[in-house]
Amino acid sequence: MKRLTVLGLAALVAAGTGALAGCTSEDKPAAKGDGKIAIAATDTECKVAKLDLAAGTHTFAVKNAGKKVTEFYVFATGDRVVGEVENIAPGLTRDLIVELPAGTYETACKPGMIGKGIRSSLKVSGESKPLTNDAKLAAATESYQRYVKSQTAALIDKTTEFVTAVKAGDAEKAKALFPVARTYWERIEPVAEIFGDLDPAIDGREDSLEPGQEFTGFHKLEKDLWETKDISKSGPTADKLLADVKLIVEKANSEKLSPLQLANGAKELLDEVATGKITGEEDRYSHTDLWDFAANLEGSKAAIAALRPVLDEKDPVLAKTLDEQFAAAQAELDKHRKGDGWKFHNELSQADLKALSDAINALGEPVSKVAGVVVK
Amino acid sequence: MTDEASKGGTSRRALLGAGAAGVAGVAAGVAGAQFLGETKPAAAGPSIDQAVPFYGEHQAGIVTPAQDRLHFAAFDVTTKKREDVIWLLKEWTKAAARMTAGRDAGPLGATGGRGEAPPDDTGEALGLPASGLTLTIGFGPGMFAEGRFGLAGRKPAALEDIPHLPGDAIDAAISGGDICVQACAYDPQVAVHAIRNLARIGFGKVTMRWSQLGFGRTSSTSREQETPRNLMGFKDGTRNLKAEDKAVSTQLWAQPGDGQAWMAGGSYVVTRKIRMHIETWDRTSLDEQEQIMGRHKGNGAPLGQKEEFDEPDLKKEDIAVEAHIRLAHPDSHGGAMLLRRGYNYVDGSDKLGRLDAGLFFIAYQRDPRKQFVPIQRALGQKDVLNEYIKHVSSAVFACPPGVKDDKGYWGEGLFA
Repeated sequence: MKRLTVLGLAALVAAGTGALAGCTSEDKPAAKGDGKIAIAATDTECKVAKLDLAAGTHTFAVKNAGKKVTEFYVFATGDRVVGEVENIAPGLTRDLIVELPAGTYETACKPGMIGKGIRSSLKVSGESKPLTNDAKLAAATESYQRYVKSQTAALIDKTTEFVTAVKAGDAEKAKALFPVARTYWERIEPVAEIFGDLDPAIDGREDSLEPGQEFTGFHKLEKDLWETKDISKSGPTADKLLADVKLIVEKANSEKLSPLQLANGAKELLDEVATGKITGEEDRYSHTDLWDFAANLEGSKAAIAALRPVLDEKDPVLAKTLDEQFAAAQAELDKHRKGDGWKFHNELSQADLKALSDAINALGEPVSKVAGVVVK
Repeated sequence: MTDEASKGGTSRRALLGAGAAGVAGVAAGVAGAQFLGETKPAAAGPSIDQAVPFYGEHQAGIVTPAQDRLHFAAFDVTTKKREDVIWLLKEWTKAAARMTAGRDAGPLGATGGRGEAPPDDTGEALGLPASGLTLTIGFGPGMFAEGRFGLAGRKPAALEDIPHLPGDAIDAAISGGDICVQACAYDPQVAVHAIRNLARIGFGKVTMRWSQLGFGRTSSTSREQETPRNLMGFKDGTRNLKAEDKAVSTQLWAQPGDGQAWMAGGSYVVTRKIRMHIETWDRTSLDEQEQIMGRHKGNGAPLGQKEEFDEPDLKKEDIAVEAHIRLAHPDSHGGAMLLRRGYNYVDGSDKLGRLDAGLFFIAYQRDPRKQFVPIQRALGQKDVLNEYIKHVSSAVFACPPGVKDDKGYWGEGLFA
């Protein structure tokens, strides 16, 4: 994020394509007749009450009857997120309001918040006007802003749980929550990097500190948990982490990224993987690098997906290549799934790491071309 | 031979100083192995500035007078799709034609594209001339595996994996590979630039398996060149095949009758990384060194002879039974010869503080089963030199004939 865009897109707020996620206070199934589309989610199922809709604004009411925390998504072509609700705890119902122009979509529940999710195809028919290129670019930034909003909400929730566990002296719980909270951070890191002073405070590594900088944030707590094995004095660091996260979230949500920043952000996330995660440098005490890897990959994909309508228009061949390489990188990563999470970095062989590195190089090259296409 | 390579695109150098090209005219004849007997420049081969023609009957970089620097890369193919391999070979051919002509790897160049996009050339060769760059491709045995790319029926019989040979200490991680590219140039930056840009084009289709830098040639491929020295301090490969020899048609180039028509005009390359125990060699007396080699260290003459190119007299006692020159001599192998194109390497030093150095052996031939393998089998069994060297890598590739013009691509005949 070293350069500011020269495209005057910030003023173009495309009204009408927004999606809002809200939590209903009453825990009752969405009744028929109120116009809501009920989603019955369990750990193994994702039943969508209606899969043939008329173009327009719709509300999905997602009830999680499973035992795992789930997420619900509506995807357009290329897994572009049209709307999503994160972090739906067992027993809870959350609404997703989304405007859907005519087209084919996919709905997905993600029990355990991982994987491709349980998918259904959704058809929306009726009148819808094709967007102009400028409007497509504007929609891309809108779309990504929604993504950032959903991620930051979950980031605050999970960071809160993490620091609470640290302060309560519950090391096991804190260790389990550490990579989960970081997932939401790592998905949107390019946005965070815009705010130069906060990023090192939240995510700085001990060896990259400048003289005078104090070692704080996630990695300080990681060191306390895994290396020093003493969190009795970690309270102030935990409090500061949460305060910093809340501050950066506030800033991130008021920031609107340009399409060029989106494209570069997608590339930078993969650079992060290539230089920090594959080498195991990022989470050197906990070895939870693959959680960060997965989150960087998802974040990169989300940024590219937001630009998808523009890519389809200007360079469909590149769009297809991106689909293939994102899928290939995901498949390579999925080999190392373990339970609801991932293997530790020190459980991977040199051959595993080489294969992952190859997949990221294969993906990074086409992703690096997106910026040039967006400004074409 | 066309000169398409110099058309269009961006040149890394706006103008090449004509005065710098002291041996102008020599390079043009080289790729086709046609030499002008009358012209005898002090140092034959492409000069530091010149371009070696990319298109021709044979690939450049085989009989081309050996340039001083090397970057040799072996790739594994990761894609499962035949059409991806063909796409890559076409893209590589275009980039190779540009770079060997002294131009950028891509059509836009290192600085000609949009500011927002990464450049299609990495830029470290900006301002550098063609530097005699040649890029030579070869296909490893794995490419022809049953059910892989539909090439099983096209595998040449001569392209067999090199068997384990006496004394081999082969490290699989730096051996073999599906595709090799040999980059030779007079400027190491130009050779590295070429491999780096080809690797970048290949991401997602191929992955680098291993690569080797060579800092100085140890072979001459033309009688116009002086024989250089290896790191043991000896002139190396004096007796080997040269571009001007009539035997190139029987010992170097695959012929139409050899079994696979697509290889006619091509050649097989064997590479071996030969680590030298430099420190112990250096403590060996001059007499012993010369007896081990069978040559005088000074001018390279066979023991008992006066000049380097004098024929060694193998019947005389001057040359020991186990001397390298005797074991490697064509007379000991039914006349088999190799066109050697090796390079000295130093990969820094090892953990014990010893120079990690030796010879990156490269040899082109018509059939490794009849040339490299029997020669090395004999050397591995008896050569006294083995006390001072260790073969640590091994690879073999089928190098197809040259690309005729800008409509063709590397390996076109194989995929046709």
